[in-house]
Amino acid sequence: MLQKTKGIKLGLFKTRTSVLEKISNLFKKETEGENLWDELEQILIEADMGVGVTKDVLENLRKHVRMIADKEEILNSLEKELLGNFLHDGRSLNSSTTPPAVVLMLGVNGVGKTLTTSKLAYKLKKEGSKILLAASDTFRAAAIEQLGILSKKIEVDMIKHSYGADPAAVCYDAVEAAKARGVDFLIIDTAGRSHIDKNLMESLKKIRRVIDSRFPGMLKEILLVLDATTGQNALSQAKTFVDSLGVTGIVMTKLDGTAKGGIIVAIEKELKIPIKFIGTGENLEDFEVFDPKVFVSSLFEE
Amino acid sequence: MFQNLTDKLQTIFKNLRGQGVISESNIKEGLREIQLALLEADVNYRIVKEFIESVTQEAIGQKVLNSITPSQKLVKIVNDKLIELLGQNASPLNLSSTQLNIIMLVGLQGSGKTTTCSKLAKFLHNKGKSILLAGTDTQRPAAREQLQFLGKNLGLPVITEGENPLDIALNSVKKANSSGVDTLIIDTQGRLHINDELMDELLKMKEAISPKEILFVADAMTGQDAVNIAKSFNEKLGITGVILTKLDTDTRGGAAISIRKVTGVPIKFIGMGEKGEDLEIFYPERLASRILGMGDILTLVEKAEGEVKQDEAEKLVKKLKAETLDLEDFLSQLRQMKKMGPLSKMMDYLPVEPSLKNMDVSEERFKHIEAIILSMTPEERSNPKIIDGSRRKRIASGSGTNVQEINQLLKQFYSVRKFIKEMMNKGTEMKKKGWLPKLAT
Repeated sequence: MLQKTKGIKLGLFKTRTSVLEKISNLFKKETEGENLWDELEQILIEADMGVGVTKDVLENLRKHVRMIADKEEILNSLEKELLGNFLHDGRSLNSSTTPPAVVLMLGVNGVGKTLTTSKLAYKLKKEGSKILLAASDTFRAAAIEQLGILSKKIEVDMIKHSYGADPAAVCYDAVEAAKARGVDFLIIDTAGRSHIDKNLMESLKKIRRVIDSRFPGMLKEILLVLDATTGQNALSQAKTFVDSLGVTGIVMTKLDGTAKGGIIVAIEKELKIPIKFIGTGENLEDFEVFDPKVFVSSLFEE
Repeated sequence: MFQNLTDKLQTIFKNLRGQGVISESNIKEGLREIQLALLEADVNYRIVKEFIESVTQEAIGQKVLNSITPSQKLVKIVNDKLIELLGQNASPLNLSSTQLNIIMLVGLQGSGKTTTCSKLAKFLHNKGKSILLAGTDTQRPAAREQLQFLGKNLGLPVITEGENPLDIALNSVKKANSSGVDTLIIDTQGRLHINDELMDELLKMKEAISPKEILFVADAMTGQDAVNIAKSFNEKLGITGVILTKLDTDTRGGAAISIRKVTGVPIKFIGMGEKGEDLEIFYPERLASRILGMGDILTLVEKAEGEVKQDEAEKLVKKLKAETLDLEDFLSQLRQMKKMGPLSKMMDYLPVEPSLKNMDVSEERFKHIEAIILSMTPEERSNPKIIDGSRRKRIASGSGTNVQEINQLLKQFYSVRKFIKEMMNKGTEMKKKGWLPKLAT
């Protein structure tokens, strides 16, 4: 646990320092009255929290904070307000008493689905589970090779077809193989494309239909991968995937940059889907369980 | 999803007509709406603030004429200023016709560099350039294989041999010179702007091969951090242009404003998805209306113009004006649209009501529609009003469909006719106001 906490903090290091700097500067300048609220608004919006969440958080804060000069009070209340938007539980990965548990990875192109698939496999393998991967992105050039190289690196088997093959057929074969080989988790990497691409959505729906009808109860997780660098569109992506496929959890990647990933707050608040994991780097180990307390407090900790 | 900004402002300003002059107090609420729209579109907070201040300066004191509403006046000022920010005109690549043109593509992981390399290669190849592609991403698994696949599909040579990225780049320059191609496009590994080691590696590559263009590939969905990312890449490498990718999503693309503002470098192309043919020249006025949530009408119009023969289009416009669009035209329009690509994709360009966006335009449905219309008499096609119950039954049995489908088709026909007519009127109106200059009506 200690190790994990450290990891998240390292990943969010940039976030913490920059927000802290801003808040400290706020008080150095002894900003008063409306300026203070303007600057808090700037901090939250620049973290990609979005206009809606920022407005709500600051309005509630105004109700609770009377003495604007008290820095501690403001920080504590702000932390509490932000934390209030997160779900209380449901962040652990769903497994199955009758394996295999099937995990479907979704997301638009470029968010880091394939690396995240491998990171999750690596984590579960280290925890003692038997894993199988499936490369169902038969569309993008070299996508199968990409997962293939990673699967070799973490020494996990992978099911694949050739390019242009039906992704649902890959998944069907993969579940059959997962059953036959007695694995604990089958993790399926899927094709990424714009979330408003109807063909992509239909092809993903078909995967879900095939697994649900042929192997009822086996699909335990549908994880949506989002990129922390993405702005307000991440919410639109999440909504679209939730509406069309149902999503059981979110993985937010690329939290090792300077982007703050504030859209997380809006996603949990509006869609009630838990953020389960975060990606904090290019290495297979840079993958952590998401903890809202750590996320929020690392924004304001000194 | 978003209420049209113009409509919102219309509501806010409905009492303003006749007040004579725009003052700070009477446009405050309207400016707040514009500020929100820009923030929702992911334009950076500080840039929005600055922008609103400059719009306020410009707007205050302007006379509100009776002929034009204050909201229209304000939207025009905002739109003009956004276009100015985005860089007025389309900005071509700076290519030489006598020397080897080296183009480096740089950017974060997942911004779409490799796909964009092949799109750019195709774009330039179509313009008569001879191309060599170089894959220097030795980090991401199968990145070089991806570029090789893409190159093979285009029938263009790809080089990936070398000890390390710099070595591959140097090899590619040698190969380009010896094989006599005029343009070398270099794909690089995606990296974080704060990773000094990897940023230094790019700088070394730049110094070793002196590229003519260093294009920063940026995801149009990028949020507030776009300012930091673009600034770092520009300060380190001195980028010469930007390619904005993934505009085939529903993102409003406000990051473009942030990137343009902090770097001062022109946006040269936009990418519309993972298919090779989709790289397009960047037109600031289109992105401005998209950022403001007003739909990208120009792109659609141009797309349609490219595909539909001009005289046919003119005939159609005349018919629309005279309200004589009939089922024959409807069928030929559907056939035209099929040529242009999926109707659903076209609808995305338009500020259309959702029910029309969801219209079933699958291949199968199209075949049914075709069969139904072809089962009608010429008289029925030109005057659909006469199609009564018994005619519907006859058409249904003739086309192998049922009366319900006929009813549905006629309903769709009338709503499409109405919609197109409204679009035409809107277009004329906008053209009169002078801020959609190219819209053909």
